[in-house]
Amino acid sequence: MRYFRVMMFGLGFALGACGQGTPPFSNPSEDSLDGISSTLPSDDLTATDPFDEGQNSLAYFQQNVGDRVLFPVDQSALTAEARAILTEQAAYLIRNSGFTALIEGHADERGTRDYNLALGARRAAAARDFLVSNGVSADRLRTVSYGKERPIEICSQERCYAQNRRAVTVLIAVQTGL
Amino acid sequence: MMLRLLTLLTLCCGLTSQVSAQEPLRLEISDGVIEPMPIALTDFVPQESLATDLAIRITRLIAADLASTGLFREIPSTRHIGRVTNFSSPVQYADWKAINAQALITGSVSVQADRVVVQFRLFDVFAESQLGQGMQFAGSAESWRRLGHKVADAVYSRITGESGYFDSRVAFVSERGPKDARQKRLAIMDYDGANVQFLTGAQHLVLAPRFSPDGRQILYTSYETGFPRIYVMDIATLRRRVLAEREGNMSFAPRFSPDGQSVVFSAETSGNTDLFVLNLRTGASLRLTSDAAIETAPSFSPDGSQVVFESDRTGAPQIYKMSARGGTAQRVSRGEGRYGTPVWSPRGDLIAFTKQTQGRFHIGVMRTDGTEERLLTGAFLDEGPTWSPNGRVVMFTRETQGERGVPTLYSIDITGRNLRRIPTPDAGSDPAWSPLLP
Repeated sequence: MRYFRVMMFGLGFALGACGQGTPPFSNPSEDSLDGISSTLPSDDLTATDPFDEGQNSLAYFQQNVGDRVLFPVDQSALTAEARAILTEQAAYLIRNSGFTALIEGHADERGTRDYNLALGARRAAAARDFLVSNGVSADRLRTVSYGKERPIEICSQERCYAQNRRAVTVLIAVQTGL
Repeated sequence: MMLRLLTLLTLCCGLTSQVSAQEPLRLEISDGVIEPMPIALTDFVPQESLATDLAIRITRLIAADLASTGLFREIPSTRHIGRVTNFSSPVQYADWKAINAQALITGSVSVQADRVVVQFRLFDVFAESQLGQGMQFAGSAESWRRLGHKVADAVYSRITGESGYFDSRVAFVSERGPKDARQKRLAIMDYDGANVQFLTGAQHLVLAPRFSPDGRQILYTSYETGFPRIYVMDIATLRRRVLAEREGNMSFAPRFSPDGQSVVFSAETSGNTDLFVLNLRTGASLRLTSDAAIETAPSFSPDGSQVVFESDRTGAPQIYKMSARGGTAQRVSRGEGRYGTPVWSPRGDLIAFTKQTQGRFHIGVMRTDGTEERLLTGAFLDEGPTWSPNGRVVMFTRETQGERGVPTLYSIDITGRNLRRIPTPDAGSDPAWSPLLP
């Protein structure tokens, strides 16, 4: 069951990252890539258990850290609010080396398809670059743009557009030990 | 060259389509026809009883093609005085003059086994002469619509002096489901919406199909791997392969060069989108731009020497052009607002584009130096023009506003007249018009 719940967070992309029949999570290991050494015992699952009530759960990431940042019209520069959220995301990712992340860039519907794809890519890259500059290893992060293809709010008003101009950090459980 | 000659002979039918006996029947469509030319189309004569049904369907198809241009008005058969029951009988011009038919089209349909033969003649009623030779098209019973389209193309071409566009196809994205869970499939159909065939399933997001110059392949963008990649598909076999595999990067917005030997497209690296040309034979790719701005939506000029594209290098996106071999770009669009999706006309004279200004979207055309900009449409969201094979009509996506907003295909003359909805089984977007079929 765990397997499935994690898949939901991955919105399908995790399917590619996790093979059937392999445990979704590996034991956290020493990770000194970013100069941060893990203090977790190597066989302790609880530290990266996403269903833990604590600050390392996926629920915590979604609800308390915030999985998305929003952008003003036609902008890809990060607002102060976006930087605060991404700072928390970076801290979370550093604490939880059992995840990689796919950052999805999106645009509202008020632009052409091609331009919005490129704009979404800029937004995803802006979020990614911020996470990297805050200590997350670049090789744990991928980006993709959906342009205007995947709105979450569907009205044709600014209140919806504002929610659709976003970069969403989707956590994917790493499979290791193969 | 030929065009210029014809123009000399042309009688503009702008206000009156009365043609004197001395001048050949000719319709000038450059300035837009205000009053369509009245024409009579007699039911094509079936040569066997087996052909009766098909003869009627083919006649109606030709009538629909011609009427859809907005250039012709069919005089209903209830007003006809004369009747044509034998394709070879001489034409009684007086009967057709009396109802003010400028042109008369007669024909016959023969069916033998699986083979259909369609013959037609076109007459200039007031000149009392046949316009061009009689013609015959043959094909399988299954291809009867193509035979009708070919007749309509020939009629259109003889009267306007320009090639037609009826025997052509349109690739598009068929859309289903709510706005926040849209399913998109590639599909292809005849230019008038008939014979829809799906090319992909609904499981992966697909965008923007584009025809090869021979009409046999399409380029498109798919999220099959989770990341946007360019694919090329053979329409007959549905076999496809990924093009321009670039690990970790997005690639999208592909278009063939006019010789079919290369593909221009956008690729993204570290959030920045630039233009590249991939040579399909050698596999070599050439970077066209290396600006920190967005460069996308590239389209070749018909001679293949230049690429027109959009870039936001000066702020709001504008249209630029540059040599297909690289170098510096020149700005083309000059107006206020945001310009995108430029597409070079197959005639080479115009660039069609999407323009966003004051909260509305427009399809427009301008000369290739950016002058003489004209907006043809305006709506909540119009985008992505594609040219008819003869460069006279553009088809585009119009998406309605709000939570139930859906895209639909429309076409419009470059004169700004004759806006028409193109029927599709579900919602439709991203049309790509094929060349005229062989």
